[in-house]
Amino acid sequence: MVAKTPEQINEDLLRPLSVTSGRYWVGLAFFSGIVVAALCAFLFQVYSGIGVAGIRRPVFWGFYITNFVFWIGLSHAGTLISAILRLANATWRRPVTRCAEVITVFALSIGATFPVIHLGRPWLAFWLFPYPTERGLWPNIRSPLLWDFFAINTYLLGSVTFLLLPMVPDFALVRDHAKTAVRKRIYTILALGWTGTPRQWHRLEKAMQIMAIAIIPVAVSVHSIVSWDFAMAPVPMWHSTIFAPYFVAGAIFSGIAALILAMALLRKLLHLEEYLLPIHFQNLGKLLLVMSLLWVYFVFAERLTTWYGNGSSEMAVFWLTQTGSYSPLFWTMVTCNFLIPFPILAIKKLRTITGTAIASFTVVIGMWLERFLIIVPSLSHKYLPYSWGTYRPTWVEITITAGTFAAMALLYMLFSKTVPIISIWELKWGRHEEPVRDPVLAQRDEEAMA
Amino acid sequence: MAAVNSVYGLFHGPHAAERGMNALRAAGIAPDQIIVMSPEPFEEYGFAQAERAKLMPWLVALGGVIGGTTGYLIAWYTQTAYPIVTGGMPIMAPWPTGIVTYELTMMGAIVTTLITLLIGSRLPNWKPKLYDPEISDGKILIGVVDPPDNARADIENRLRRAGAEQVKATGRFSAS
Repeated sequence: MVAKTPEQINEDLLRPLSVTSGRYWVGLAFFSGIVVAALCAFLFQVYSGIGVAGIRRPVFWGFYITNFVFWIGLSHAGTLISAILRLANATWRRPVTRCAEVITVFALSIGATFPVIHLGRPWLAFWLFPYPTERGLWPNIRSPLLWDFFAINTYLLGSVTFLLLPMVPDFALVRDHAKTAVRKRIYTILALGWTGTPRQWHRLEKAMQIMAIAIIPVAVSVHSIVSWDFAMAPVPMWHSTIFAPYFVAGAIFSGIAALILAMALLRKLLHLEEYLLPIHFQNLGKLLLVMSLLWVYFVFAERLTTWYGNGSSEMAVFWLTQTGSYSPLFWTMVTCNFLIPFPILAIKKLRTITGTAIASFTVVIGMWLERFLIIVPSLSHKYLPYSWGTYRPTWVEITITAGTFAAMALLYMLFSKTVPIISIWELKWGRHEEPVRDPVLAQRDEEAMA
Repeated sequence: MAAVNSVYGLFHGPHAAERGMNALRAAGIAPDQIIVMSPEPFEEYGFAQAERAKLMPWLVALGGVIGGTTGYLIAWYTQTAYPIVTGGMPIMAPWPTGIVTYELTMMGAIVTTLITLLIGSRLPNWKPKLYDPEISDGKILIGVVDPPDNARADIENRLRRAGAEQVKATGRFSAS
């Protein structure tokens, strides 16, 4: 990046908050329309009953739980990656972290709605809370579904905190540049009276360090627990010790892909070419490549173990995905998650912004298919062949699924209009010149060291 | 913003701010009277050193212990209040109890981090006594709060000589 003055950086990164293009409004209307359609579909389901969805015996978990796992996985984009880069002191992370952390908060919020949508009677969602019935019966803490409640809420709280803390100094900056009284008032409240004293900076940095350390095990635990929703059940291809790391790796894989996609779009739409540089895509592309290889390793290890075990029920599901009715989806998944991204990301010349964005797009599709293929084939072919069945999603499930993707885009658009999508103070901080040391003190230090 | 009696200079860049700070120290201003505000952290510079938050990690650990204890008690109570054998597991099943305890440990630590940050940074404080919006444009504020009346001119001169782009005063000094 060409050395820019603080004023220029402010101007560049605050511009999206004050200037709204016609393209933005068109996008907003488009995604809002899909979200409204999804809400209508959901209300139709509430009015008509869960029977309007395609889930029925034996496949009780279909698109909704696929989406739940997919979105929770995608949420690993931000907080986890940001925390790792922060702890590793990767200086190139500065323009990337907020884009990433926002994905976590929105993806997690969207993912958390699916168990409620899936309930069929969403007004009874509070039954999932640790709260006794009138007969004194508490939810069963030995059920992994209740672990989800604790894990997702902890991760959501941590992710929101991790996102909001470094936003406070930027809220103060927006407050100081607000052009209308209403905006000034709103950002004054959000800035909490931040003035930037050394005491405040020191404590913010310390808190971010602690949060970065704390959030990594929480992120790992969340997707482990999501995997245990499956692995704790004696269902063919689910009851596996590899599921937790397999899910975590898949979550990070899809998360990085989502982050690259979001960054590519933001770069183009908000004209952030001078801030989101090819090096950021290069580095994230390398991470995506590593995760792609790790994903292939897990898929291979899981299937090899199943094949060697040769249990009849497991093999029924195995062949269903390899050569049976789900095989087109399986091989599409392999193509999207490995065959397309691997050469793009492995060959340096192809690892461009466009290249990494294409690879990420296919990975997002592939990872959604992976979640679907984990859930549906196993449920449709459980131990007793007489109870085997199929699953076909209905328009209600498809509309709600499309609505969540639109909701993600919509939330992201609204966020980028209200908060600088790149952490301004962190970006400036990364451009500091080294302090000039007093030559006398420097010599004294050197003598002491000697 | 509540008016506080102060004299401060706005500096462009940390080197100039460092000179400003040295000038104030050389004038014998007490450290607790010197105020510094910057648009980003400058912890590698002497002028922006703050009292270390040594207690914060310990408080966070304590928060984690409280959270974990709460999680254990929830898990223990909910399992024993209405004992049902599930899947052949003991009534007080250790593995699920461990998971709930772990999650609430982390939640306790996260909440404590947030609280200690807010209290330690004295936030929220929607009416700070002293602030200048030019800080947001990259300026660094170095000044003195409640200086003696007869020292004002000397402080202003020292700040200017150190390289302050602007020297301003608030409170009763701004009127004079």
